[in-house]
Amino acid sequence: MSEEQKTVKAIDGPTRLEYRYSPGRASTRFLRGMEQKKILGQKCVGCGRVYVPPRGACARCGLPTEEEVEVQDTGTIVTFTIVRVPSQNIEIELPYCAASILLDGADIPFTALLRDVPVETVRLGMRVQGVWKPDAELGPSFDNIDHFTALDEPDVPFEKFQEHL
Amino acid sequence: MAERCAVVGVGQTKHDARRIDVSQVGLVREAAERALENAELGWQDIDAVVIGKAPDLFEGVMMPELFLADALGGAGKPMLRVHTAGSVGGSTAVVAASLVQAGVHQRVLTVAYEKQSESNAMWALSIKIPFSQTIVAGAGGYFAPLIRGYMRRSGAPEDTGIRVAVKDRLNALKNPYAHLKFPDVDFDQVANSPMLWDPIRFLETCPSSDGACALVLAAEDAVGASPGKPAWVHATSMRSEPTMFSGRDQVNPQAGKDAAADLYKKAGITNPREEIDCAEIYVPFSWFEPMWMENLGFAPEGEGWKMTYEGATALDGDLPVNMSGGVLSSNPIGASGMLRFAEAALQVRGEAGEHQVDGARRALGHAYGGGSQYFSMWIVGEARP
Ligand SMILES: [Zn+2]
Repeated sequence: MSEEQKTVKAIDGPTRLEYRYSPGRASTRFLRGMEQKKILGQKCVGCGRVYVPPRGACARCGLPTEEEVEVQDTGTIVTFTIVRVPSQNIEIELPYCAASILLDGADIPFTALLRDVPVETVRLGMRVQGVWKPDAELGPSFDNIDHFTALDEPDVPFEKFQEHL
Repeated sequence: MAERCAVVGVGQTKHDARRIDVSQVGLVREAAERALENAELGWQDIDAVVIGKAPDLFEGVMMPELFLADALGGAGKPMLRVHTAGSVGGSTAVVAASLVQAGVHQRVLTVAYEKQSESNAMWALSIKIPFSQTIVAGAGGYFAPLIRGYMRRSGAPEDTGIRVAVKDRLNALKNPYAHLKFPDVDFDQVANSPMLWDPIRFLETCPSSDGACALVLAAEDAVGASPGKPAWVHATSMRSEPTMFSGRDQVNPQAGKDAAADLYKKAGITNPREEIDCAEIYVPFSWFEPMWMENLGFAPEGEGWKMTYEGATALDGDLPVNMSGGVLSSNPIGASGMLRFAEAALQVRGEAGEHQVDGARRALGHAYGGGSQYFSMWIVGEARP
């Protein structure tokens, strides 16, 4: 046997990770709201912009977001991608649309799953609404909004949301 | 007044999908030995070691700098690790340069690496966290929507990204260290490759690579001991910005603009397009070439794509970009930033081989990381500043 054949090239050593997350005050308010199908944001005392989910502070101003504001479960697609490649931790059937959504009343978008819409028809400016899980399944989790789906409303012009790209 | 600093040695490994012929130790050692050889120096000539790599989950090894210290000659010397996500290779070189510029050390060895085959970066970047939905599939899933935003904002022709990919992949054929080589690559091959994260196609995407890069940096008094032409560090800059704030422009991030402005000011550059001869920038997905051309001030906002279209960024253009084949062709993440900085140095030293830009006297190296929140860059030149 040659030296080359004797070399050990690789051995497997599996690693498992489990997180225990302490949400803190701002996220606790948000998660408690989610239990009641309410989306609670917070307004910056400096610029007045509404953060959803709230983090307790506005990184733009370096100031706290003290005033609580309830926002709608309707919003606008700011930008999006159609995912066509599998990922180890994601069990969503391909292809799917991951959309950056700006909720009505919020000033920062977040990424969420868009469903029940042919992926070829997704557009910037498209109007969408959250679809909630059944009441029996609600918990303190972002996942209470199972996904978003299209609303039968005219698209929002790009100029209205382009600062949120 | 800061001490002058120059790159006197450059080394890199052959980058590949799986360098299972070597351990992590062997990989970094390969690059470091080549850098020392290039500088015609020995381990005893090095005063300090600065190492960089991306998140530990990318190999599943906690604090690898501990067990790599001896292989990098760190025993008995100052050794430190830098971490700024994907930009880390760049910021590691900047930290190493600052140790020389501050007059702390005469010669610093700096090394950056990633051995992606030992874990799964897609997994590491798509961990399930309780405060948001887990739907962003790796870096491609994160950056694809930003590219779509750029396309809409600039009105760039839809094939701009394809043209960038063809150019970078042709450049890679001239680089013996490049990981991905497609000898027959052309427009149709890229255009017909599968869509992964729409609008990003397979051939518009960086690979996962194993590889390392190393540089030897020397103070002015120590430069003469290495016979090669030094690449003088004219300026370095780093900036960061928060991951999330309302109105954050991720298509053209403020931190990148600020870092570039600071860099040019330090280097005495008023017209970067005219005064810089070539640029090696961090383009993990083809569309980031036009996006960064604007962010770096080489083109007005909304017009970066014209540079690609007009051939300005080709090897024979007026501002060649990613002469080595870029991140699209080799992506050992932690090393990717340093490879950009190294290519800039190779160009002004006249050591870039087949992908040498004729008469390159001043070059830019650039890296970014995280959610476009860390930026690091340098300008190196043939002339002593
Ligand atoms: Zn604010």
